[in-house]
Amino acid sequence: MTAYIQLSYVDLAFASVFLILNAVFSLVLKLGLERQLLIASLRMVVQLLMVGLVLKTVFALASPWLTLLVAAVMIGFAGREIWARQERRLDGMWGYSLGATSMMLAGTFVTLFALTTQINPTPWWSPQFALPLFGMVLGNTMTGVSLGLDTLHTTMFRERIAIEAQLLLGRTRWQAVSPVSRRALRSGFTPIINAMAATGVVSLPGMMTGQILSGVDPQEAVKYQLLIMFLIGGATGLGVLGAVFSSIWRLTDHRHRLRLDRLRSDSGL
Amino acid sequence: MLLQINDLRTKLIGPIDLSVDAGECVAIMGASGSGKSLFLRAVADLDPNSGDLRLIRQNRSTIPANDWRRRVGMVPAESGWWTDRVGDHFDPETAAEPLLEKIGLPHALDWQVMRLSTGERHRLAIARALALKPQVLLLDEPTAALDEPATVMIEQLMREQLDSGVAILLVTHDRQQAARMAVRTHIMERGQLEPPGKDAA
Repeated sequence: MTAYIQLSYVDLAFASVFLILNAVFSLVLKLGLERQLLIASLRMVVQLLMVGLVLKTVFALASPWLTLLVAAVMIGFAGREIWARQERRLDGMWGYSLGATSMMLAGTFVTLFALTTQINPTPWWSPQFALPLFGMVLGNTMTGVSLGLDTLHTTMFRERIAIEAQLLLGRTRWQAVSPVSRRALRSGFTPIINAMAATGVVSLPGMMTGQILSGVDPQEAVKYQLLIMFLIGGATGLGVLGAVFSSIWRLTDHRHRLRLDRLRSDSGL
Repeated sequence: MLLQINDLRTKLIGPIDLSVDAGECVAIMGASGSGKSLFLRAVADLDPNSGDLRLIRQNRSTIPANDWRRRVGMVPAESGWWTDRVGDHFDPETAAEPLLEKIGLPHALDWQVMRLSTGERHRLAIARALALKPQVLLLDEPTAALDEPATVMIEQLMREQLDSGVAILLVTHDRQQAARMAVRTHIMERGQLEPPGKDAA
C-alpha cells in the first residue's frame, strides 16, 4: 500500500484556480454564468466542510441514536429534493410522502442488508460505514424516484385522453396506464443502467478514485465499488417500482377512474 | 326501462333523473359548458359521482366499473389513441373487419391511426366502442365537424344500433339531428336537465 498524501487548504485554494478562470471567461464573454458558478462553488465548499465536521463528531461519539438522527435528516432532504424535481406532483401530503417513503424503504432495506451480511462492521450500525453507504444508496435512489415520478405525472397528464379512451373500452386502470407506467419505469431505471454500463470504461467511479488516491489497492477498491453499484442498482430499482406503482394507485381509483384531480402543477396548467 | 338514472350528482352537475328504453334515442342539447359532457362522463362512471343507476334493474354499484363501461359504451367528443395500428384498438376476440366495412374503412386493420383523417378517426372511435356490443351508447357530438356523407354514415350506424335494441344518449348541437334521431330532447342548463316540455318553443 502506497502512502496517503495529505492535502493542505493551500493545495485546495490552488486547485480552484481553473474554476475562477472560468468565471473570468464568463465575465469577458458576457455569459452571465459567473454568479451561478460562484454561488454553487461556495455552497459546495460550505456544505462539504460542514459535513466533514458533522461526520467527524458523529464518528467520534459513536451513538446509534445520533447515527439514526443523521440518517433521518438525509431522508428529509432527499425527500424534499424528489418533491422539488417534479413538474407535476401529487396533491397535499402525498406529494412529499409518497416519493420520500418509497425512497426511504428501498434505501433502508438495501443498506441494512449490506451492513448486516456483507460489510459487517462492529457494531453493525457503525456510523463510519452506515452513513456513507446510506448516503450513496439514498442519493441514487432519490434520482431514480424523482425521474420516475416526474415522467409518470407528466405523461399521465399529457396522455389522459388516451388513458381514458382505454378505460372507456372496459380496460382496468392497470391495463390503461401500462404504456405510461412502462415509460416512467424506464426513465427511472435509465441513469443507473447507464452508470453500470459505462463505469470503468468511460470513467472511474468517484468513490473508487477516492479510495485509490488515498492508497487502497485498486482491486480492493473495485470490489467495494461493485458492492456499492449492486446495492445502488437494487435500491434504485425497488424505489422506482414502489414509487411509480403507488403513485398510479393514488392517481386512479377502485372504479377504474383516472384521478388527475389529485395532481398539482407549479404553473397551474 | 333499459337504463334508469336517479339523483345522479357530481361536484359540478346534478341532481339528474333520466330513463332510456331499449331502442330509444334521447338527445341532450344545451350551451357549451352547461355540463352535457360531464353528464355522459358521470353515467360512464369516469368522474366521481353519486346516484342510483340501473341497467336492466341491475344496480351499477354491483357491477365492476370496467364491465359497466363495456355495457354502457361512451364515445367522447375527443377520442384518444394509445397505439398506432388500427387493429390494436379492437379486442382480439371481437370481429373488427365487418365494423370497419360499415364505417367505410374496409381492410384498414393494419393501417396507421395517425394517417386517418379526422372524420375517419371519429368513425373508428365509434366502431371500436360498438365492437364491445354495448347495451347503451353515450355519444358526445358524434358528427361535430364532419361533412354530410360522414354524418349520414354515422346516423345510419346509430339507427342500426337502435333497431337492434341499443339505447342511445346523444349529446348534440344540431337541432335537426336531435329531431331526426331522438324520441325526446332534454335541455341541459347549469348542470340541470330540463324536462322535454320546455324545448317545445
